[in-house]
Amino acid sequence: MTASEKKELKKIACKVRMGIIEGTHAAKSGHPGGSLSAADMYTYLYFKEMNIDPENPKCPDRDRFVLSKGHTAPGLYSVLAQRGFFPVEELKTLRHIGSRLQGHPNMNETPGVDMSTGSLGQGVSAAAGMALAAKKQGKDLRVYTLLGDGEIEEGQVWEAMMFAHHYELDNLCVIVDNNDLQIDGRIADVIDPYPIPEKFKAFGLHVEEIDGHDFDQIEAALNSAKGTKGVPTAIIMKTLKGKGVSFMEDQAGWHGKAPNDEQYEQAMAELGKQLEEVEAM
Amino acid sequence: MADIKKIATRESYGNALVELGREHADLVVLDADLAGATKTSTFKKEFPDRHFDCGIAEGNMMAVAAGIASMGMVPFASTFAMFAAGRAFEQVRNSIGYPHLNVKIGATHGGISVGEDGASHQCCEDFALMRSIPGMTVICPADDVEARAAVKAAYEFEGPVYLRFGRSGVPVFHDEDYKFEIGKGEVLQDGNDIAIIATGLMVCEAMKAGEELRAEGINARVINMATIKPLDEELVLKAAEECGKIVTCEEHSIIGGLGEAVSALLSEKLPTPVRRIGVNDEFGHSGPAADLLKDFGLSAENIVATVKAWL
Repeated sequence: MTASEKKELKKIACKVRMGIIEGTHAAKSGHPGGSLSAADMYTYLYFKEMNIDPENPKCPDRDRFVLSKGHTAPGLYSVLAQRGFFPVEELKTLRHIGSRLQGHPNMNETPGVDMSTGSLGQGVSAAAGMALAAKKQGKDLRVYTLLGDGEIEEGQVWEAMMFAHHYELDNLCVIVDNNDLQIDGRIADVIDPYPIPEKFKAFGLHVEEIDGHDFDQIEAALNSAKGTKGVPTAIIMKTLKGKGVSFMEDQAGWHGKAPNDEQYEQAMAELGKQLEEVEAM
Repeated sequence: MADIKKIATRESYGNALVELGREHADLVVLDADLAGATKTSTFKKEFPDRHFDCGIAEGNMMAVAAGIASMGMVPFASTFAMFAAGRAFEQVRNSIGYPHLNVKIGATHGGISVGEDGASHQCCEDFALMRSIPGMTVICPADDVEARAAVKAAYEFEGPVYLRFGRSGVPVFHDEDYKFEIGKGEVLQDGNDIAIIATGLMVCEAMKAGEELRAEGINARVINMATIKPLDEELVLKAAEECGKIVTCEEHSIIGGLGEAVSALLSEKLPTPVRRIGVNDEFGHSGPAADLLKDFGLSAENIVATVKAWL
């Protein structure tokens, strides 16, 4: 990745974060914390990694993305809007009656959404099904799915891992957003899912551990996944919940709460400043 | 009917999958460690590369099926009714029903006739659960011919379908040229004194009851309602109008199944008295299927007694 490419990704990630704040503020609800923590991964996937076309969102040979942690839809919608699947202005309709942007992703309403999700632990299974079908159809496409670290408390995630390993789904890349927080608090305090990499290794997956806010590490891990044959890959990315908005960072309380008008102004000002700093680089 | 050939509809399911598999390369079958019992093993034998055992993980299987369907293939996901409709209800609801994906659920071992395995495996709630999901089609065929036809119709149909099959052999009474249509009931015996609307293995019992009643001068209209949702409203309303009294018969709880579907329709559009024959808000227990069906009143005898006591 060249320096200018990285700078561009950083700029886009700032805009994706601003879209998350715009959406949740306008909705007066929604999940900013886990959307912000995954914003860099969303950005890399949709602007560098995945073979997709906003003009042809249903192209059969496209790569697929399943947001298994469906509650962080504001992040997915924001990156889809930035990528041109629908107007950025539409983010302000999030969770409103009549909006295409439902509280959790709906594949039949929102351009670019590949699977309806929201009930945790199910998207990853659907992603495994897509990966299996792609192999049967002889399609050379990849399937990406993003899970929360709280989400892996769902037993179905591990059913899916057994399945993905058994059927050698090396076209499947499972990404875990390890921001360390879930609704009720620290994941280790709620019901401890650590150690996470060891669990995925025990299920036979190729595992990469990265800083989920470092584009070089994201790129290296996704390339490693593509080069891995015979087994699926799990990327465990350490992230900061609420990343980019000072008062939301590492706060479980911002899992599912919208900023009020004052908080909105502050968050947008902070993100605007970050964008200026990137542009000045 | 004692000399009539008996076939379990789960056998029909396995055989129909093979026939469909030969014609359609996009059909795949999933199972959850029950391929021998659900009879998808028949398909596996001929198409090992299109049969995927998911192991004992029904929730995962249903969402995997959703992912496969989203790629344009047609998955038939199979396990016992208890686990398909019960254990995996939420996966069926959220990953298949909500996105309206083209998944076919082949649920075998429905109802009390599971027999010796007892209450834990005797699913009498699946119609209720599956009916409650918007856009879900629910079918319970009555014999081998209808079951095979229903599997083929489900494949041709675009959208999620729940198919319920039985463990025990049931008499084959349809001719091979029988035309099955999703959402259409079938009048098997004509009559205007009372209408008996049955589904699944109760259809045969209803026919027997109809014959016995006729011998006693009561002309019952016997209807096979293989599709529980969408209900053939026109046929039910016509029966209500012309017969004035309706008995429903199903190997399912009287709560939430065919009886309630018929009652709900009639109470809104043409209030008509209805008596529901089914499992009366209780769990099953172990025993030979035939004895259990008798014990639970799922028999021609009970239909006859119910009708005679009413008229």
